[in-house]
Formats: sequence, C-alpha cells, structure tokens
Amino acid sequence: METAPKPGSDVPPKKDKLQTKRKKPRRYWEEETVPTTDGASPGPPCNKKNRGPQRPKNAHILKKSRISKKPQVPKKPREWKNPESQRSLSGAQDPFPGPAPVPVEVVQKFCRIDKSRKLPRSKAKTRSRLEVAEAEEEETSIKAARSELLLAEEPGFLEGEDGEDTAKICQADIVEAVDIASAAKHFDLNLRQFGPYRLNYSRTGRHLAFGGRRGHVAALDWVTKKLMCEINVMEAVRDIRFLHSEALLAVAQNRWLHIYDNQGIELHCIRRCDRVTRLEFLPFHFLLATASETGFLTYLDVSVGKIVAALNARAGRLDVMSQNPYNAVIHLGHSNGTVSLWSPAMKEPLAKILCHRGGVRAVAVDSTGTYMATSGLDHQLKIFDLRGTYQPLSTRTLPHGAGHLAFSQRGLLVAGMGDVVNIWAGQGKASPPSLEQPYLTHRLSGPVHGLQFCPFEDVLGVGHSGGITSMLVPGAGEPNFDGLESNPYRSRKQRQEWEVKALLEKVPAELICLDPRALAEVDVISLEQGKKERIERLGYDPEAKAPFQPKPKQKGRSSTASLVKRKRKVMDEEHRDKVRQSLQQQQQQQKEAKAKSTGARPSALDRFVR
Amino acid sequence: MKVKMLSWNPDNYVRETKLDLQRVPRNYDPTLHPFEVPREHVRALNATKLERVFAKPFLASLDGHRDGVNCLAKHPKNLATVLSGACNGEVRIWNLTQRNCIRTIQAHEGFVRGICTRFCGNSFFTVGDDKTVKQWKMDGPGYGEEEEPLHTILGKTVYTGIDHHWKEAVFASCGQQVDIWDEQRTNPICSMTWGFDSISSVKFNPVETFLLGSCASDRNIVLYDMRQATPLKKVILDMRTNTICWNPMEAFSFTAANEDYNLYTFDMRALDTPVMVHMDHVSAVLDVDYSPTGKEFVSASFDKSIRIFPVDKSQSREVYHTKRMQHVIRVKWTSNSKYIMCGSDEMNIRLWKANASEKLGVLTSREKAAKDYNQKLKEKFQHYPHIKRIARHRHLPKSIYSQIQEQRIMKEARRRKEVNHIKHSKPGSVPIVSEKKKHIVAVVK
Repeated sequence: METAPKPGSDVPPKKDKLQTKRKKPRRYWEEETVPTTDGASPGPPCNKKNRGPQRPKNAHILKKSRISKKPQVPKKPREWKNPESQRSLSGAQDPFPGPAPVPVEVVQKFCRIDKSRKLPRSKAKTRSRLEVAEAEEEETSIKAARSELLLAEEPGFLEGEDGEDTAKICQADIVEAVDIASAAKHFDLNLRQFGPYRLNYSRTGRHLAFGGRRGHVAALDWVTKKLMCEINVMEAVRDIRFLHSEALLAVAQNRWLHIYDNQGIELHCIRRCDRVTRLEFLPFHFLLATASETGFLTYLDVSVGKIVAALNARAGRLDVMSQNPYNAVIHLGHSNGTVSLWSPAMKEPLAKILCHRGGVRAVAVDSTGTYMATSGLDHQLKIFDLRGTYQPLSTRTLPHGAGHLAFSQRGLLVAGMGDVVNIWAGQGKASPPSLEQPYLTHRLSGPVHGLQFCPFEDVLGVGHSGGITSMLVPGAGEPNFDGLESNPYRSRKQRQEWEVKALLEKVPAELICLDPRALAEVDVISLEQGKKERIERLGYDPEAKAPFQPKPKQKGRSSTASLVKRKRKVMDEEHRDKVRQSLQQQQQQQKEAKAKSTGARPSALDRFVR
Repeated sequence: MKVKMLSWNPDNYVRETKLDLQRVPRNYDPTLHPFEVPREHVRALNATKLERVFAKPFLASLDGHRDGVNCLAKHPKNLATVLSGACNGEVRIWNLTQRNCIRTIQAHEGFVRGICTRFCGNSFFTVGDDKTVKQWKMDGPGYGEEEEPLHTILGKTVYTGIDHHWKEAVFASCGQQVDIWDEQRTNPICSMTWGFDSISSVKFNPVETFLLGSCASDRNIVLYDMRQATPLKKVILDMRTNTICWNPMEAFSFTAANEDYNLYTFDMRALDTPVMVHMDHVSAVLDVDYSPTGKEFVSASFDKSIRIFPVDKSQSREVYHTKRMQHVIRVKWTSNSKYIMCGSDEMNIRLWKANASEKLGVLTSREKAAKDYNQKLKEKFQHYPHIKRIARHRHLPKSIYSQIQEQRIMKEARRRKEVNHIKHSKPGSVPIVSEKKKHIVAVVK
C-alpha cells in the first residue's frame, strides 16, 4: 500500500465504492463513526478486508498535491511500507498513511538551492558533502512547506458580486460590512492646522508616527489609539521614521536630523546630516539612510552613532528614495528620469535604470525584491523587473501621474495622485500588480503627502494636507507573523530581548549588495585564480591527471611491445573522445546558427539558395 | 460584495496569565525572514568568537608523584579511576572526581616502564626496570595486610612496555622481543622478534583483538598476529616511532607518533603510503591516544604541549600548554571522550577538556538547542576566511611560536630548492614525491 493514491487511479470509481458500501446493512455502532473517521473507530473484524482500498472522499486532493515527481524528495518511511504494521491494535487502519503531502509550489518557495547552476569540478569528498548538504536543504524545505499547514490565519479579500467592480466600493461600505474590530481600524485624524503629513508605521505594525510640514510630530499606538507623544518641533518636518523599535523616532527637520524617544524627548541632533528630505531605515543593518537637498546619500549607523558612508549621487537635489526590503539597496529617483541603486559599500551606484522621460516622482519596491514601481513627470506608472533584466513589465499612463507609491506585504500597489488614492492588486503574493483595473480607490480631503501600508494589517495609512486617514484595504497585510521576527503582540520584555538579539546579529554594512545570497555562493573566480597561482608557484599542476602507466602483468605478458600497445590503446581512446566531443560541439553550434537564421524573416530569393 | 478583513484575536497571541509562557507563532515564509545568509553569517561569527572566549580547557592538576610520570592507564570500567606510574617506581591510583590520590604503591625499583589494566578492571599489570612483570589488585589491601602484588614474573631482560588483550587472559610485553603471556604462566606463550633492536611499545588492536602492533628503535613498526608465531609485516620510516595507537573504531588503521615531529596514520593493509601525515608539533612526538569515537586523537610531545588532531586532517585543531607543563610523556583520552589526561616530566598529571569551550555540567534543553544551532552554524561557515582566522587562532608560548616560524622557513627553503630542481631539469626526469611517501623507507612482509 502506498502513501497516497496513484495519479492514474480515478475518483469516480471510489465514489461508487463508497455508495455500494453505504447500501450494506450497518451495525448500530457504525452509523456515526464511518462517515467521519473510519480509522479511529474500532470496527468489526469482518469488515476489515473490504476497508483496505476504501478512501475518504477528499483523497483526490492528495493526488494533485503530492510531490513525488522528484524521486528523492519524499522519502518513504520504512514503517509505512509494510501493510501489516499500520494496523493498530484495534484492527483499524490509518486512512492517511505516510507523511502529509506537500504541494510542489510551496516547496519551491522554501527552496534555497539553485540546481540549474553548475559548480566547478570538485574532489569526490567535497562533492559528496555537497550532495548531503543539498539533500538536507531539500528536506528542510519540505518540512517548512509542511509547517505551512499550521498557519492559523487566512488573508483578507474583497470580491464584488458578479460584474461588480471592486473599485466602486467605497470605504463606508467596507466599514459597514466588516466586524467591529476591523471597522475601528478605519479612522480620520483631522489635522488641518499643521499641513501635509508624512507618516510611518513601526515594523510590528502597532505604532504610527506622523509629522506635519509645520512642525507637528506625534506617535501613537494606533490600534488602541493611545498617544505616546505629541510635540511641535517649531521647524518644518520633511520626513519621519521609526528606528528599529517604536521607542526611537528619527525626524528630518528643516536644518538637521533629530532623534526623539517615544516620550518626545530629543535624544540626538545629528548635524552631519543636514537638509534631509527623505529617510529610510534598514532594520537588519541598523542603518538610517538619509537623502539630502545637497545631493548626498548618507548612511548613519544608529547602533553606534557613526556615519558609515556619505555618497554623492551627483544628481542634484534628492527627494525620491525607497529601500528594497529584500537586499537593503537604496533606490534613488532623479530628475533626469533615472533610478539609481546604492549600497554603502560602493562609491558608485550599483545600477542605473532609465525609467521615465521626465523626472522620477516616486519609487517603491515590493517585499520580495522582484518588482519596482516608478512614476514620473511623464504621468506614467511603470513596473520593472528587478531580477537582472531591469525591463518594464507593464506601463500605464495616469491622468495626473502618481506622486507617491507604496507596496503592501502581499504585493498590492498604491499610488497617490492628487487627492485620490488608487490601489492595484496582482494574482498573488509573488506576482506583479496588474495595472488594468484598480482594486480600490478612495478620495481624500486633501492632496496626498505620504503613504504606507501597515505591516500585518489590512490597513493603508495616508498622510495628506487634511491630516491622516487610515483606510481599510482587505488582502493587503501578511496574515501570519513570525513571533521571533516582528510580533505585534510582544510584551516589553520580549521587545527588550528581541532588541539584544537583533543588535547581536547586526549585518555589517559592507554586505549590502544586489544579491543577498551571494555570500553563500561558491566563489568560482577566486578559486580558479588560486589554482592558477598554485600551478605557477609549484611549476606543475598537482591535480593534473597522471599519464597512463600500464600495470605490469605476470607470466611474460609484460613485454615492452605489449606495454607500448596498451599505452597506445588508451591514448587512442582518449584521442577519439576528444574528437567526438569537438564534433558534437561543432554540430551544436551549427544547429544554433541554423535556428538563428530561420528566426530572421525569409526572403523571396531564399528559395534559390543551395 | 464579499469582504474579509484580517482581524486578529488577541486571545490567540497573548498569554492568558503571567504564569504562562509567551506565545510565539512561527511563519517560515522567506519574505518574512530577509537576509538569511548575512544574518546567519553574523551569528556564526559571533558563535566562533564566543567559542574562543569560553575556551578554558584546563581543569585540574593531580600532584603527588615524586618523579616524572612515565606511564598512564585508564580503568576499563570506572571513569573516575586512573593509574599512573612514575620514574621512581611508584604507582599511584587517582580518583578524578575528587581529584586526589587514593592509593600509592612502590611497585618497582627504577622506572615503571609500562602499566595496563585487565579488561575486567579487577587488577592491573606493571613492568619496570627491575626486569619484573607484576600483577596487582585494583582494590587496596585490607587492614593489616601488606601491599603485595598478586603475581610477579622475573624476566631475563628489561621490559619497556606492556599491554593487555581486550577480551582474553593474555597480555603482551615488549623489550628485546615481543612476548605474549598467559596470565597463569610464568613463561611467555610465544616470543616474536624481527631485527635486534629494543622495542619501545606494544599495543593490542581493540577490534581485531588478535592483532598487535609494536614499534622499535630501529625505525620500524611491526605488526603481529597472535595466532601465528611470526610477525605479519613491518614498515620502516625515516626516524624512530615512539608509540602507536590503534583506532578503536576502524580495525585496520593506527597512528604512529614519530621522532621526526610528525604523526602518521596508516592503513595496515597498505603500509607503503600513510593515509595522513599529521604535522604540527615542533619536537619529537612521544605519545598518542585515540578518542573512543575514533574520529580524533591526542598527541603528547617533547615540545611541552599536547595537540588534538582530527584523523582526516593534517593540521591539529587544538593545542594545550601551560607555563609549568614540561615535556609531556604520556597522554590518554578518557573513555567518555570528554577529557584528556597528560602526564609530564614535572611529576604532574593534568586533566583537560577535550573540547576547550564546552560547558560542563547539565545543560537545559534551550542551552542544548542553542549549542547545537551554533555548532551547525560554525560548521557551515567554517571556511570563510575571517571566521577561519578566529577559529584557528591560538596563543602559543614563545618557544613553540619561534620554533614554528623557524621550521616554516626551513621547509619553505627546502621546497623552493626542490621546485627549482624540477624546473631546471628535463621534464619528468625528477620524480615528484608526495609528502606522504617521503617518510616511508620500505615495507617488508
């Protein structure tokens, strides 16, 4: 008996069997137990044999979701091979023998090894070790995928009844339809006095900080609406950002960068960062990236208070900035229509992408680091692929152009255009948002000045000239948080412990690069270099294959002639191998060339070509 | 319109009372755990640093002998009991948990050359410079009794070593020849010789218990089978081998501690090339003992240090030394593979941890989990240059440090000369001899 039904076996016959079973006369104790779980119930012994092939109704789901396509992936545990062993004492059988099936796509999500990449030839020992590591990796990814079953919450959604456009649904309808706790998450703060607001949610999504252009700075626990602090800094506030926890707050003021604690007490005034327009905090590196009017991108290490790097972008005033949460690269938008990618380890940008014909107005990168959304003065909204190609995937022209962009944890894209907010949704978490139809729209009481989706909540915070609006966007937030990473319900003690751990594993700033997994790759280049140097130093190649030496044979068969003959045989064989390989290569090249030539448009005169 | 909002029920995420544990829901989605590799790398770096911080291997020094400790033996049944023999003929039995001497015997006149316990743990044998083999009871004499050996065998020549069979009542001694004795008789069952030099040590194979190995001062290692009257085969090395030790997990492999500062691990089926040459000591290696796991061994050297080598690595993973430790003559790895004992010239027996940074005592499950996690991280990132540098860094006494530098220069010069020789001769005329083969003179069957 196998762990799951064979892909060939069909569903209908099973149903028939079930029905035929039902017709049988039934004992009084069978009546309620059989339809639910026949494995747990102690049935009569006469029924045992017939029950073997019987399966629960939902067995056909297993067939689809098994990952037995790869031969080595689900290791069949030995216990389940023997049909006798799965019978319990009561004679009942396990209806779901073997480990729980895991869908391939989910396993793919957790897979870390790129098997398509070929490693250089290594020693047998190293190779076997690599194989073991790969097998382990595969097993852990299966285990992680299986543990997805235990996730408690489901993501939110909003669906219109047939033909109904979800973009037409207004906030009031949503608020009316959802439960009270969720309805309370929609609120408006009327703060007309202190001008357009920038806002920021803390990493756990519990706290909200906002700063008005005319100096109003406040932080609150927005779920309970408990105010933590409210001050007026008597200076223009350009941007506001929580540092690693909700206890610290960085505010970019007119002149300098200030850091406040959660009671509104000024802790630091950082004069090395002046005229800052935008702030970004890299939580795993403890770096506060500031973009200034003077054209400098400055990285401040907030754990030690040192400036790690001050990079001159050489592109004039910087006021468009966002971070890539996947690799901590900073994206800067420039007035010439380019977006440049920066890391503190390099004086030059890692990449420059020409995105728009006019200046870039807003940039946002999604949480998987795959897609970048940009909007420019040419009124276009583009989504770029960041996986090496940097090509636009989709483009849409908006009537006014978007001034602010943000991605949610589940890949929703929001754009603020004047006093209107548009939200687009994709197919799932790892797919780009489709710009055809907006998912939701909302009109505010003033032009938008700041946007952010609240992490782990279906809430979008919008700062505008009339204050702050907290919108409900079903399906925006990640439904299951990880308690050790960012826990919205953490206690003070937990936060303190997390802080110590996070500081201990602060990633050095030099490790920021486009591929964060590059550290785990095999460094082939320096390997080759080392090999070459070693050969030069020694004067010979210690790993070279020794020339064939025929083994001496006994009983007079080891004459010089036979030795030479054997040697010649091996040499010829090697030579033939070489020739065969080169021939194959040639053939392949020809094939490729042919494929290319057929790809071009045929001319009418081609028929005369021989 | 169908709508569902994400709505947390705090009851599912917050503990009910203060006495509960905090609830920690997990989600292993990689997008919620970005920078996996760099963070693990930093964790591995921290773990490696902490390992060096907590590396305090020295546990105790057992003093009491009035002359250099010449031999050590483990009790086969009792972890806490250790026997040692000194150069003045004194044998002491120690209790390691209490770290004191529980019994003292004046066993021989002159050196105690060898000591070994019987497999049952009830008695032990000593050989000394007074040409005798003595069997003693493990327990001390009763009240009013004299301290006397169970048996004494008077031999014709000096015995230099002794080892007991692992399962039978047979023991072997060495001196001018290798003698195999029945415990009940006063004459050897058989004596085996090959050449005429004095044999310094003999060891029974713990797995294939009929096999023995011995090493003699005419630079050879000889293997014997107890069931036949003649030796099996021998290998002649460049310099003299002081002791050998069989791998307790692989019947066919043994390690020889050589006078040329190196240790050689041999496969007894192919003696012409050692499986590995272990080179880190800067003076003659005097003793070697395997860990019961068979994965590592410890070696004692004349350079006043002991080193721990993995069997498959040519470099040592650990070096232990103290200011007061002189030439280390004997070393033993305890049977639970956690500790190392060494007896040295200045009359002390020292007890070390086998894993320098290990925490002794009972670990809580969380401590254990953290330890395992850190161990795995260290393993994963061990080849990264700056992690390797920290993990490999050891403070050495100046004498050893300068010796290492000097020998490196000498070796470099020799290698350069060799390479130049190869470069400037006809290609193929100068054979390239690997380090493994260099030290083997001949194999005789």
